Amino acid sequence: MNKTGKSFWALLADNAVPIVFIVISAIAIPLSGFSASYLVQELLVRIGRNSFLILSLLIPIMAGMGLNFGMVLGAMAGQIGLIMVSDWAIVGIPGMVLAMMVGTPIAAVLGVFCGSVLNRAKGQEMVTGYILGFFINGVYQLVVLYLMGWVIPVTNPVLLLSRGYGIRNAVSLIGIRGVLDNLIPVSFPFMGGVVRIPLATLLVIAAFCFFIVWFRRTKLGQDMRAIGQSQPVSDSAGIAVNKTRIIAIVISTVLACYGQIIYLQNMGTLNTYNSHDQAGMFSIAALLIGGASVSRASIANVFVGVILFHLMFIVAPMAGKNLIGQAQIGEYFRVFVSYGIIAIALVLHAWKRNRDREAARRSLRGPAGSPAKEAA
Amino acid sequence: MSEVPLLKLENIGKEYYGNRVLSNVSFSLMPGEILGLVGENGAGKSTLMNILFGMPVIASTGGYEGNVVLDGRPVRFTSPTQALAAGIGMVHQEFSLIPGFTATENILLNREVLNPSLLEYIFSHRMSTLDREAMYQRADTAIRTLGVDISPDMTVAEMPVGYKQFIEIAREIDRKQTRLLFLDEPTAVLTETEAQILLKALKKLAESGIAIVFISHRLNEVKELCDRIVVLRDGEVIQEADARTASVRDIASWMVGRAVSEAPESEPQKPRQVREETALKVEHLWVDMPGETVRDVSFEVRKGEIFGIGGLAGHGKLGIPNGVMGLYPAGGRVELFGEGIPLNRPRRALDKKMAFVSEDRRGVGLLLDERIDWNVTFTAMQVQGRFLKGIPGLFQLRDDAAMSRAAEALIKLLDIKCTGPGQHAGELSGGNQQKVCLAKAFVLQPDLLLVSEPTRGIDVGAKTLVLDALRRYNQENGTTIIITSSELEELRSVCDRIAIVGEGRIAGVLPAKRPAEDFGLLMMGHEVEVEGSGGQGSPQSSNVEATA
Repeated sequence: MNKTGKSFWALLADNAVPIVFIVISAIAIPLSGFSASYLVQELLVRIGRNSFLILSLLIPIMAGMGLNFGMVLGAMAGQIGLIMVSDWAIVGIPGMVLAMMVGTPIAAVLGVFCGSVLNRAKGQEMVTGYILGFFINGVYQLVVLYLMGWVIPVTNPVLLLSRGYGIRNAVSLIGIRGVLDNLIPVSFPFMGGVVRIPLATLLVIAAFCFFIVWFRRTKLGQDMRAIGQSQPVSDSAGIAVNKTRIIAIVISTVLACYGQIIYLQNMGTLNTYNSHDQAGMFSIAALLIGGASVSRASIANVFVGVILFHLMFIVAPMAGKNLIGQAQIGEYFRVFVSYGIIAIALVLHAWKRNRDREAARRSLRGPAGSPAKEAA
Repeated sequence: MSEVPLLKLENIGKEYYGNRVLSNVSFSLMPGEILGLVGENGAGKSTLMNILFGMPVIASTGGYEGNVVLDGRPVRFTSPTQALAAGIGMVHQEFSLIPGFTATENILLNREVLNPSLLEYIFSHRMSTLDREAMYQRADTAIRTLGVDISPDMTVAEMPVGYKQFIEIAREIDRKQTRLLFLDEPTAVLTETEAQILLKALKKLAESGIAIVFISHRLNEVKELCDRIVVLRDGEVIQEADARTASVRDIASWMVGRAVSEAPESEPQKPRQVREETALKVEHLWVDMPGETVRDVSFEVRKGEIFGIGGLAGHGKLGIPNGVMGLYPAGGRVELFGEGIPLNRPRRALDKKMAFVSEDRRGVGLLLDERIDWNVTFTAMQVQGRFLKGIPGLFQLRDDAAMSRAAEALIKLLDIKCTGPGQHAGELSGGNQQKVCLAKAFVLQPDLLLVSEPTRGIDVGAKTLVLDALRRYNQENGTTIIITSSELEELRSVCDRIAIVGEGRIAGVLPAKRPAEDFGLLMMGHEVEVEGSGGQGSPQSSNVEATA
């Protein structure tokens, strides 16, 4: 009786974040007055848009490197690929594939760089990755703002600033807009509306999920899990710890590059200097809302997170407007919630680690201490 | 049995930074033989293991002397991987298992059975998936060889400690080439029954031809399991004996040895006053100090007594003073002159006029970047409000002159070698830093002084000075002193009574005059008859007034 009660509270505590979001959404949905078909449509679009980016976070978590704030690097590589493809005026699926091909080597090199830096900052991976994102952002700006059109051949005047070099603030991706989403047109009537499904995008995401499931079963995946739990033990067992950690970051960065291309394919416009900025932040927030932690994340966490995070964003502005006449509350929530949730996740992680450490100490002491403790 | 020994050590020696830890160690080992390696902490066992296992720390500190001969061929390992490849397996004291993994995954860590796959040829074998079924079978076989019943699917984190030890050993024997197995205190964490199962398993392994080196402080087990025993002391092989003929008492005396005559002849100059009144009473104390866990400790110290706490490293003796002073999470009951001392509150302990000289001199003991006089008076200023001038409670300033005076007096008293009270503590030698720590405690004019490892890491001359200072302080002020030390001889030379701590509990309290081997036996977990009355740890068990 007592035991089941305890485990119920433990379950509640472990899933506190998703539960809070379910409650918020449950209150906000009726307040927003949106129709069910509208909500389902919006959610499908956002799942297609964001899931790939979020999935790219899973592998470094498995390798014990925490949330990969360095995924922004991959997003930048993807954007460079898209700019080049736009300049060459290659459209449709071939354009997307080519953008990925251009982005892959850049993302891989950035991943090796990021991984090597993180190996020198063990235990501080997240903050290091975060700051590294800012640093590479500077390099990215240098390349896009000064070198493109000057050193790197970009000739399309629509892309270039009027001074002759540097890329404009907004790049229209009209050539590849929605090509993947609409590759296989499927729609069905749903509760009084029509819902279109971005089937091809969802298939790509499903393929990615299968990749992760398979990857976990490989030797490399097993090694990463081992390293994630204990680097000294893995090292003494002869696993190449540093190399494996770099591989984990490279995989994550390259996949983030693809994720950003899929994301922008859906959006249709590239904000040259801003699009990548919050790719990392929002992906990480969504994953955490899905119930993941710094050291544990599953595919289910990704989808629960995407749905809850975006459901709130869809309904919160309207709910806010209907409630107090202000739509800005939605945007406010977006930023507030993203940063807040990351802070909470980090605090929870530290708290759990302390708790585990204390439990480990107590188990070392053996049963002798307990009665004495009660007596004291 | 073949004629060529599996392992032969020839005159192994090792120096760390001019400090000799091993000299002329030679012995050999036949296939299938079990050798017991015993010795106190610091006798050189770990260094010997590190050399045999090719740990990088050996090469980086200048290598070693002598030869290691394996199968008649001299070898010199520079990395543990080479030692593993040569068939040497090692089970360490602390577990090297991954808690979230199952027994199978741990036993086959980095030796997983893989499914063949095409990707293996394109990338590397790391892209192949694991063959869980085959892995399970192999793990199961290894566990069964040990004669225990542990499910290969059990997660290590959920296992009792004893199981983990078996998993470690199973990992070594799954390696097909393992012919020589080192076990460093494998039974330390086991219950008696578990230890028995382990010993049986080891005998079975030896029958299959694997040679075993068994390091343990539990002499009964060593005697039961081993064919031969090698006793190390101060880096030398003191005795090599047949395990069947040597008695536990013999082994203990070889280990602590150092002949009783060596004990310093420094009798106290005048009769000391040790009253019947109890100064400190500790009941069921537990302390969560990492690496020095105290499980359940009760003892009493009389007023004016010098009380020693000894025992092997890692068994919890350092946890006792740290717990009493509130520096680590602790529970139980501590009374000073009948008044309860709240635990986990260092300030309250200091308020009750208890002073502590920490074993962590540079970390806890001193402000290295501050002057000697600040260091000496800092705690007194904080806790007792001394060395201040001005209006108490309103505004107060440091009384620099008084601080310097106090420091100078103590520098003279303790013979601290320094340029003056203004020198920074970090610039002093280890021995002089220790004296500053003592000075800091003396300034508090404590009723009870706890001193942890007072002579660790300082040279012989300074050792004598520090111990003399403690003895004198006790004599002149009648202060009760509790000294914790790994050096038994040192405790025997200054203390009235000595408590030996083993596995987080008091193994026994004996008068310091008892022969060294009695203490040795206590450390090894043997019962020793306490003269006078039978009660362990009871204060009336000795007669200390007769030290004159």
